[in-house]
Amino acid sequence: MNKKFSVKTIVAIGIGAALFFVCGRFVVIPSPVPNTNISIQYGVLGFMAAVFGPIAGLLTGLIGHTLIDLSWGWGVWWSWVIASGVFGLLMGLACWKFPISDGIFGGKQVAQFNIAQVICHVICWGVVAPVLDILIYSEPIEKLFAQGLMSGVANAVTTAIVGTLLCVAYAAAKPKKGSLTKED
Amino acid sequence: MKTPAITFDHFSWQYNAQMEPTLRDLNLTIYQGEKVLICGPSGCGKSTIAHCLNGLIPFSYRGEIQGSLTIFGKETKELSLFDVSKMVGTVLQDADGQFVGLTVAEDIAFALENDCVPQEDLFRRVKEVAGEVSIQNHLSHAPNELSGGQKQRVSLAGVMVDNVPILLFDEPLANLDPATGKQAIELIDDIQKRTGATVVIIEHRLEDVLHRDVDRVILMQEGQIVADLTPDELLSSDLLQRHGIREPLYITGLKHAGVAITADMAPHSIRTIRLSEADKAAVRRWFTTTPPAPESPEAPPLLEAGHITFAYPNGKEALSDVSVTVRKGEMLSIVGRNGAGKSTFSKVVCGFERQQQGSLRFNGQNLMELSIKERADHIGYVMQNPNQMISKVQIFDEVALGLVTRGVEEREIQERVEKALTICGLHPFRRWPVSALSFGQKKRVTIASILALDPEMIILDEPTAGQDFRHYTEIMEFLRSLNAQGVTVVMITHDMHLMLEYCHRAVVFADGKKIADSTSADVLTDPDVIERASLKETSLYDLALLCGIEDPKAFVQRFIDYDREVRSK
Amino acid sequence: MTNLFNYIDRPSPIHRLTGATKLVCLLLWSFASMVTYDTRILIFMPVVSFALFSVSKIRLKDVSFMLWATVVFMVLNNVMVFVFSPQHGVSLYGSRTVLFTIAGPYVVTAEQLFYHLNLVLKYLAAIPMVLLFVCTTNPSEFAASLNRIGVSYKISYSVALALRYIPDIQREYHDISQSQQARGIEMSKKESLVKRLKSASAILIPLIMSSMDRIEVISNAMELRGFGKNKKRTWYMARPFAKTDIAAMAVCALLLVAVICDAIVMGSRFYNPFV
Ligand SMILES: Nc1ncnc2c1ncn2[C@@H]1O[C@H](COP(=O)(O)OP(=O)(O)OP(=O)(O)O)[C@@H](O)[C@H]1O
Ligand SMILES: Nc1ncnc2c1ncn2[C@@H]1O[C@H](COP(=O)(O)OP(=O)(O)OP(=O)(O)O)[C@@H](O)[C@H]1O
Ligand SMILES: [Mg+2]
Ligand SMILES: [Mg+2]
Repeated sequence: MNKKFSVKTIVAIGIGAALFFVCGRFVVIPSPVPNTNISIQYGVLGFMAAVFGPIAGLLTGLIGHTLIDLSWGWGVWWSWVIASGVFGLLMGLACWKFPISDGIFGGKQVAQFNIAQVICHVICWGVVAPVLDILIYSEPIEKLFAQGLMSGVANAVTTAIVGTLLCVAYAAAKPKKGSLTKED
Repeated sequence: MKTPAITFDHFSWQYNAQMEPTLRDLNLTIYQGEKVLICGPSGCGKSTIAHCLNGLIPFSYRGEIQGSLTIFGKETKELSLFDVSKMVGTVLQDADGQFVGLTVAEDIAFALENDCVPQEDLFRRVKEVAGEVSIQNHLSHAPNELSGGQKQRVSLAGVMVDNVPILLFDEPLANLDPATGKQAIELIDDIQKRTGATVVIIEHRLEDVLHRDVDRVILMQEGQIVADLTPDELLSSDLLQRHGIREPLYITGLKHAGVAITADMAPHSIRTIRLSEADKAAVRRWFTTTPPAPESPEAPPLLEAGHITFAYPNGKEALSDVSVTVRKGEMLSIVGRNGAGKSTFSKVVCGFERQQQGSLRFNGQNLMELSIKERADHIGYVMQNPNQMISKVQIFDEVALGLVTRGVEEREIQERVEKALTICGLHPFRRWPVSALSFGQKKRVTIASILALDPEMIILDEPTAGQDFRHYTEIMEFLRSLNAQGVTVVMITHDMHLMLEYCHRAVVFADGKKIADSTSADVLTDPDVIERASLKETSLYDLALLCGIEDPKAFVQRFIDYDREVRSK
Repeated sequence: MTNLFNYIDRPSPIHRLTGATKLVCLLLWSFASMVTYDTRILIFMPVVSFALFSVSKIRLKDVSFMLWATVVFMVLNNVMVFVFSPQHGVSLYGSRTVLFTIAGPYVVTAEQLFYHLNLVLKYLAAIPMVLLFVCTTNPSEFAASLNRIGVSYKISYSVALALRYIPDIQREYHDISQSQQARGIEMSKKESLVKRLKSASAILIPLIMSSMDRIEVISNAMELRGFGKNKKRTWYMARPFAKTDIAAMAVCALLLVAVICDAIVMGSRFYNPFV
């Protein structure tokens, strides 16, 4: 698929953000630490970024997360919004060369995808979100890192399961070149 | 001298993923101001032709072109998608995908906004065009506040704002109720007359499109053109039957009576057809000599829904005080206009939604005690939109899913899946990914996946939408054979033919209420019910009147019984 | 569901401001509330936002659901801060005034309480404005506004598409999840987490696949109608700035400047009554 800024990328961002929103807002599994949900939207985001590239990943994360915050009404939590965007961006960069749209997502890609997503989650929830929170809200470091650790681990688990399954299913659904013929 | 608008010259197209070309050596000229209907069995390449005309092929889909396609003398491969879109306006099959604005007005303005038209002109043009398709009172409505027919109007307005010379419709009737479909055909015709645009319609439902005059019909088969005739010539040939397209019912009626159809009878519409006295006498004779089918005895009730009232969380009351009884071994149809609550009713029966009031009993057992999954063991539900049911990549796995989660043995799964696939005409495709199928083919996959579960009762939401006549007949005959083995079948449909042919009894919904529950022939000859439920009278009724038959209702019933017998042979 | 973002159409001066203005004001206001820890300003800001609420004719009961979400969020967050760092105030304000001891390290100090007060005020400064924005801005105007303040029209349209398709995707999610349950995919709460995630994926796969098809159809439909052809586009829903718009933006800009000046003059973002 074309990874430059085509109309398809724009639509993918819009639909991706809508999916991120629906998954994040309506499919939440509570976790032990308050204010922090195990939500499957990062699996979807990782998948969209792998298919449509870093810019799509960045914007999908930013728009989707902003909309979730707006709809809850607890204000827009900019530090976390940015962290979501950065996750999409990094995943897009890490999976930039994946031939997923040609129907290929084998063992090697599964491994790469998961290593990449764990690292990206560590960067986003272990560094980006807490640092921004410290700058913006001056909240205590201990609390921020506990929160970041918890959501980082939860998100990595959901991305590992949901994201990988989505990538595999999507790649398998893409017909290979010249592969379709009727048989009796 | 007519100027050609569209010319295919030895044109072929092969999708990258396909082994063989989907369109093969097409030669076709469509002239300016003409109205042309393209029909052909599902998967023969009609939508692919539409993509070629509007430029998506080759600009969006990947594949290989041979030969040439020119629009107003310009070779399309040498233009850009935007150049082509200035000449061809497309109304896509999927009205929800085409509706990209947040409200009606914004969606109509979309093409003009992209052309940087100043805002005052936007307001003026939108108002004008909305008036032309009579949607001007809904300008600030969101898409989910509109009915199917209204969305179709918005799509049409959205391409008309651009003053394109060619209008292209891909299955405009697919999800519309009969009366709305009729209005859509009238609207397209009026607009063509007023603007002189060239119109290309792709549609299975020949009789419905021929409700207004069409200049030519192109018949396709496996990516090739097999006929290019006027409707009169086509109807007087046997091409339709040979290529699996349903002919208008009055034509079939006449043929049953032994009347030979010729082009100079103007058979393209029941309003224009000229019958000699001898022909009329032949029809009357057929009517009097064909014995009525024996009445079947009344079976015990299987599903009893009593006084169901249901409102969606947003407060929309979709069902009010609906009571329906389905008898064992019956084949029943549920009909009614878009948004009448038909799908909602099936969802309540299957436990997808819980009614606020009313009772549900199945075989005497209270359904309210059962979970969705437990109900599914008795009642299979094939949803309206196949994409919402398909969760596996491969066709085989999809059909096997329900069996796998129920722990059926592997060998038996294999057997039952193969059987279901064969019945639904999908056996040659069993190793394909679902995504490579056309809409009609996907619909058959979902039917197969429910059939594999062997339920006692099966509810099909629009089972034949987007199916060509051959597959329609196959699926329906299969359902009937299931029915003969004792499976109760309930069908939600907008297809009046289907209801007449296969369902003895019909339940009619309007605005969340049940307004009629009678034999199909009764329903379709009752002007009051037809009007309220947005149905369409059958052309057989008109044929009976035309031939001076006193009891047209009995004629319709007789025809159905006879036709069924002939076709099941 | 159609009105997930709770837009409430009432005639008021706030509704009459253009979407772009409100967006700019929201951003400026949010930045101001992020920068400052000056309690005097933090008291002033919520007072202004609640006053604006009454100007906008939005009643508190219209937003009660959202207010509850906010309150819960605020309380939990404060509890978390205290649990993890009971002496955070002490380190911020550089003094220690013990009020009473709960247990172990959990000693309640005036500094800590003052810090919590500031935290609460910060939420109260920021959140009502977000609510106000959501309630008074027509979602249709949103994309045009983003474009107006300099975001490229393509990205702006992505936002419009997200808003357009959220209800559709939500309904689809609901339908798919039920049809999958009918086929035997269990979603019960008793299952293990991994199992539940797998079931969730079984629902997500059709949703994603149909969304991928949808992306195809929509981008085709948009291209066929000329989207992306030009460097810019016009908007049916755009509105020109009026005098009040300029005034509103100027006031918010002034606030931000004032907050920054205040921090520079004080030499710190924190107003410290303990010295
Ligand atoms: N994007 C694609 N890639 C590969 N093959 C395709 C693609 N689109 C369609 N096809 C194949 O081309 C053939 C014709 O498809 P098309 O959609 O044109 O059929 P159709 O006549 O419009 O059918 P229907 O009446 O069911 O809509 C089908 O066999 C289909 O599998
Ligand atoms: N999930 C939902 N939430 C709110 N309203 C809904 C929902 N689903 C359907 N409706 C509304 O309920 C009414 C009945 O819808 P339903 O889908 O049952 O109609 P239908 O008879 O199946 O129509 P069609 O022939 O177009 O499929 C409609 O007005 C529809 O807009
Ligand atoms: Mg088609
Ligand atoms: Mg329906």
